[in-house]
Amino acid sequence: MTALVSATNVCKYYGAHKVLDNVTLEVRHGEVVCLIGPSGAGKSTFLRCINHLEKINSGYLEVAGKLVGYKREGSILRELNEREASKQRIDIGMVFQNFNLFPHRTALENVTEGPIHVKGIDRPEAEKRARELLDRMGLGAKSKSYPRQLSGGQQQRVAIARALAMDPKVMLFDEPTSALDPELVGEVLDSMRDLAGQGMTMIIVTHEMKFAREVADMVVFMDDGAVVETGVPDALLEDPEHHRTKTFLSRVH
Amino acid sequence: MTTSLDEPAGMISEPPLKVRPVRRPGRWVATALVAILVALLIRTLITNPNYEWSIVAKYMTNEAILKGLLVTIEISAISMGVGIVLGTILALMRLSPNPILSSTSWAYIWFFRGTPLLVQLIFWFNLSALYPSLSLGIPFGPTLVSGSANDFITPFTAAILGLSLNEGAYMSEIVRAGILSVDQGQHEAARSIGMSTSKVMRRIVLPQAMRVIIPPTGNQAIGMLKTSSLVSVISLADLLYSAEIIYASTYQTVPLLIVASLWYLIVCSIMMPCQYYIERHYSKGSTRELPPTPVQRVLAFLRRHRLTQRKAVP
Repeated sequence: MTALVSATNVCKYYGAHKVLDNVTLEVRHGEVVCLIGPSGAGKSTFLRCINHLEKINSGYLEVAGKLVGYKREGSILRELNEREASKQRIDIGMVFQNFNLFPHRTALENVTEGPIHVKGIDRPEAEKRARELLDRMGLGAKSKSYPRQLSGGQQQRVAIARALAMDPKVMLFDEPTSALDPELVGEVLDSMRDLAGQGMTMIIVTHEMKFAREVADMVVFMDDGAVVETGVPDALLEDPEHHRTKTFLSRVH
Repeated sequence: MTTSLDEPAGMISEPPLKVRPVRRPGRWVATALVAILVALLIRTLITNPNYEWSIVAKYMTNEAILKGLLVTIEISAISMGVGIVLGTILALMRLSPNPILSSTSWAYIWFFRGTPLLVQLIFWFNLSALYPSLSLGIPFGPTLVSGSANDFITPFTAAILGLSLNEGAYMSEIVRAGILSVDQGQHEAARSIGMSTSKVMRRIVLPQAMRVIIPPTGNQAIGMLKTSSLVSVISLADLLYSAEIIYASTYQTVPLLIVASLWYLIVCSIMMPCQYYIERHYSKGSTRELPPTPVQRVLAFLRRHRLTQRKAVP
């Protein structure tokens, strides 16, 4: 099977500081990949590059066979304009650490915003689908609530529904449970587990090692902007090859 | 009381304690002083014949005054509308990564905030001295419409130009503050569902920025209503100028100034609740539950009052 997301020697700098150092990674269709590593390792930055919220300085990043943010025309890499780049993002769902729900819209309106105003789907149809998604997230009764009336866990599940409403090919999760109270983490992880079970391709930046082990097909350990080690969860989390992975895991376990 | 822990049974038989609120003699003194001052003010308003209230009443609905009021409302509303649109464009330019756009906006704001509005009004009124004829056409190409500047620059157009171009400079800073108040995460979330930059602005950022934009805009609108009285220098017959024309021939200066002031106050009193409800509209979702409006509060009070009365009857 071909790779759905593939990164080849991706580098990114903030000024002189190298935040991504030759990151190469392939994620196949239906695969769940967890990115782990200490803070400042570049995990979130890499995720944001996949969605073209950040530009990369060198290397190639492809989603579903298309370069992210660029178009190859012969020997020239042409940067996509804002409209073309926005169109690409439709296929890539993203869930943020701080939820970033639209506070002036109800849960239902948050979910229908994209389908109606980006995809141009009729309101009744978009609402029907949004209700289904909210039901699936266990939030059927909360569709009329505003984000500030919801708990953190509920907000994050609305955010997942909002991303799913665009029918993305891949879902990116940027530390989706880091801003949650410990007792609310479980409900969000459950929703993500269901999603993985339904065959969604997911790339997850997380500190939840137990969840990574249970759900991931592949775990990637990053440090200092580079991929240090990649492997199946049991092997990588139980018996890492690299000493940096060992030190990190001993600290989080 | 120190024994209450040891003798819980004794607590129960004790009669309920009376609470005596703190005495505030200072408040009584202050209230009395204020009451005396207010009474004095009311007495002089009623008894001083120089106010000439009968003249005030007579001119409140004078045709020239009402026409002037209409002009005041008209130029204030148009200038405010143009100012808001212009301000939004200038704010977006100022925030643009394009250095030409942002510095042009900066220079505009610098100039129009930095020179007196009175000078700007007189300048626009005298535009024909600088450009005797005005024409509309394709730059460096053919002319489509052309005419004498004197025909185009009437006191009315000069007033609109002066007030709205000046207002745009102030509004742009207000709109910019509003846009900057919206969290960066909102931009990212909106882009992540595939929205284009302009849609992100229109549907996600500006509606949230409105909460910050509305209160100072209300200030500006009320300010505009009164600042518009400056147009009397270019002899546009607004509310104040109409009053001036009348007292110039009747010498009833004070009563006519009162007439104008009362009308300014009345329009202002209508604008304030409007601002309240616009603000409320844009604060959807900003708090868990919106507080009741004054009207709702009064209705709730009446309902409670009536209910208790009804209960008391049987």
